[in-house]
Amino acid sequence: MADALLEITNVTKRFGGVVASDRISLALDRGELHAVIGPNGAGKTTLIGQLTGEIRPDAGSVRFDGADITALPVYRRSAIGLARSFQITSLFLDFTALDNVALAVQAHAGHSFRFWRDAHSDNELREPARAALAAVGLAERAAMLAADLSHGERRQLEIAMALATKPRMLLLDEPMAGMGPEESARLIEILRKLKGGVTILLIEHDMDAVFALADRISVLVYGRIIASGDPAAIRADPVVRQAYLGESEGGADRG
Amino acid sequence: MSNLLTPRIAVNVALVLLLGLVPVYAALTGNIFAMTLFARIMILALAALSLNLIMGYGGMVSFGHAAYLGIGGYAVGILAKEGIGSGFVQWPVAIAASALYALVVGALSLRTRGVYFIMITLAFAQMIYYVAIGLDRYGGDDGLTIYHNSQFDGLIDIGNKTVFYYLCFAILMAGIYLVWRIVNSRFGLVVQGARSNERRMRAIGFPTFRYKLACFVIAGAMCGLAGALLANHTNYISPAMMGWTRSGDLIVMAVLGGMRAPFGPLIGAMTFLVLEELLTRATDYPNLIIGPLLLIVAIYVNGGIDGLLGRARRG
Amino acid sequence: MLYFIEQLLNGIQLGMLLFLLAAGLTLIFGIMDFVNLAHGSLYMIGAYFAATFADWTDSFVLGAILALVATLIVGMALEVVAIRRLYGRDHLDHVLATFGLLLFFNELVRLIWGPAGLTLSLPSEMLNAVQVLPGLYYPIYRLVIIGVTLAVGAVLYVLVMRSRLGMLIRAGASNREMVSALGINIKLLYTLVFGLGAALAGFAGLMQAPILTVQIGMGENILIAAFVVVTIGGIGSIRGAFVAAMLVGIVDTIGRAFVPDLLHVYLSEAAASSLGRALSSMSIYLLMALVLIVRPAGLFPAATR
Repeated sequence: MADALLEITNVTKRFGGVVASDRISLALDRGELHAVIGPNGAGKTTLIGQLTGEIRPDAGSVRFDGADITALPVYRRSAIGLARSFQITSLFLDFTALDNVALAVQAHAGHSFRFWRDAHSDNELREPARAALAAVGLAERAAMLAADLSHGERRQLEIAMALATKPRMLLLDEPMAGMGPEESARLIEILRKLKGGVTILLIEHDMDAVFALADRISVLVYGRIIASGDPAAIRADPVVRQAYLGESEGGADRG
Repeated sequence: MSNLLTPRIAVNVALVLLLGLVPVYAALTGNIFAMTLFARIMILALAALSLNLIMGYGGMVSFGHAAYLGIGGYAVGILAKEGIGSGFVQWPVAIAASALYALVVGALSLRTRGVYFIMITLAFAQMIYYVAIGLDRYGGDDGLTIYHNSQFDGLIDIGNKTVFYYLCFAILMAGIYLVWRIVNSRFGLVVQGARSNERRMRAIGFPTFRYKLACFVIAGAMCGLAGALLANHTNYISPAMMGWTRSGDLIVMAVLGGMRAPFGPLIGAMTFLVLEELLTRATDYPNLIIGPLLLIVAIYVNGGIDGLLGRARRG
Repeated sequence: MLYFIEQLLNGIQLGMLLFLLAAGLTLIFGIMDFVNLAHGSLYMIGAYFAATFADWTDSFVLGAILALVATLIVGMALEVVAIRRLYGRDHLDHVLATFGLLLFFNELVRLIWGPAGLTLSLPSEMLNAVQVLPGLYYPIYRLVIIGVTLAVGAVLYVLVMRSRLGMLIRAGASNREMVSALGINIKLLYTLVFGLGAALAGFAGLMQAPILTVQIGMGENILIAAFVVVTIGGIGSIRGAFVAAMLVGIVDTIGRAFVPDLLHVYLSEAAASSLGRALSSMSIYLLMALVLIVRPAGLFPAATR
């Protein structure tokens, strides 16, 4: 195995009688874009939760760049280079787009026990924020309130915020959800440009995006990884077809 | 120039001028009561300002903020009774004691959310209220008269009503400026972000608890200073200073004036107290009007009076 | 020992009253997400109505029934006129609005009934004490309060947990839009729930009227205790309200009865008396602080929406 940045080993989580994560093992190489697909209820959210620190695994471990982060608190994960976007958009709606991203920059700019200087005109925060907005194509929307952005733009903002922390790894939780074809295409391009520079774990339903971007794909069903490999192999895998892709007509040609 | 003179700014400037001129008016007309009333308004505005910091900007609805008024006031009163009349000792103690209690209350309460937070802050205020009632030596339920104002070694004589008035004015203006700087600083943005979406704040890497706690302590300290001023204003301290209806009044003032507006607390305090004063003179049953008024403001006026002013500009 | 049991019974009786108030509060908060500072006013109104109607009809029971109906009507009218416009708003708006209502009701009562309180006397049969244990006599009426409230609590529990109406109530709590999409009249449902809460508060008010008080501001003191109960019990939970009410009622009563004496053993007369009073008043808040530190969502938090 090449340079693994993220190693998930036998991670297991039970909620009452339900096994949400069943001995999940996964390794992400540096610079890879790894997609995790699976039907609803497969346990994708639980998996992400255990990577972000919001959920503690009952068993197994999560290692990031060699260090065990299984028990690391949520607010420390961003500091070590692990950033996430939210499935249900979770922005600062009463702040502008620029303010949203500037906050993410500020989180990594040391402590914030500074009481006097106006943070709105602090270039140390504003410049990187503008750069992140530009990287996702939202430069013109900088001064708009997040609440006034379209759904697709909010998704872009989500990613800009994750980028602003200069992460080594991005956890993207269904970024395409609810997007029309134009917005999805735009986001696919943005992610394509990011690939290589940052390692990405992409949880997605949108098969166009998955097969356009992924270096490798893992399939999660009922909390277990039933298959993992490059896109062509996954497309051809009969177990996967039956469990997931093969559920509707047309298999790989989904429009 | 035209966008500098918005209704909101016009009202704020007029307010400051008005307040500055009250003693002049009082001297000319002999109406000392006006100075007494407006001094009280400014002191409570300072208290409401400190509440606005945590509540308006920080989203921490504290139903026990009057506790710090009481602690500040009792610090002055107790020290005065024990023979320590120097304001240089009393006022720092008032501020420090309030900050300390805020630290304890905040450390325990900020683990809770929403209504639980409201309730637990109320409980802590009630606790200190009952402690004050139990202090027989300092008046208990009846309260304690303070015979001498805080002494400042000849530097300033706050026994002089006009001097005291302008001191309150200066402190309030300084407070408004200070709060404005704080909320726009990096610290302030963290607190505001935590109000807007705490989960996201933690996800991007902010340990929000310590910032909220620091904000809570600052607000407590500021309110403690207001308490010290209040004790000097009325020359009297009593447990009623920290009753929960007093905490409720502070919330009303902050909301009425408009939260997240620098002059909101002042506008709210002035509106509420002047209204209360006028209605008390006009009728034996002022709350028959004040009560429904609060109800109407809560239902129809979003953003308080400041919100109305802001909308007035957009027409 | 007998004194302890007597105080325990008093604590339970206080707990029953608190339960009636807390049950209404927790239902209204759990289902409509509404913070109601004016709940104590409904408690007060129940007491005042009972005293007045009992006086007019010369019958305690008739007066109580009329008072209950009247409070229910006032509660529902309040919901229709004012409360329903505040659903979904910030809790702060609720606090502001109900604080205004609280001030209004206190003033209104003063206008109608005057500043001095009222009295409500018990029917003579209730005035006796009955022997509960060898050597311990306890007033019948206080036992009636305990008994009646237990019955009410049982009915409430069955209503909310087992009946169709209760199911609608609980469904409305977790998904308002869905329930109205199903054709259920959610406005009516909320009005009924609020009315129920008001009736419970009024009932508590009228039940305690003969033995405690009928005066302006009586709602505020017990309201805070009721909020403490709801907080300890967990918002939205009737079971939690009951357990917490018992805890709070007993801790408060036992605290007031024994703490000053306990302190007298260790401290001087003056210190014990001040500290004693302060501590016993604080006991329920200390209890709440302790519970919240260990369980920030109360003892029996209902499922979050």
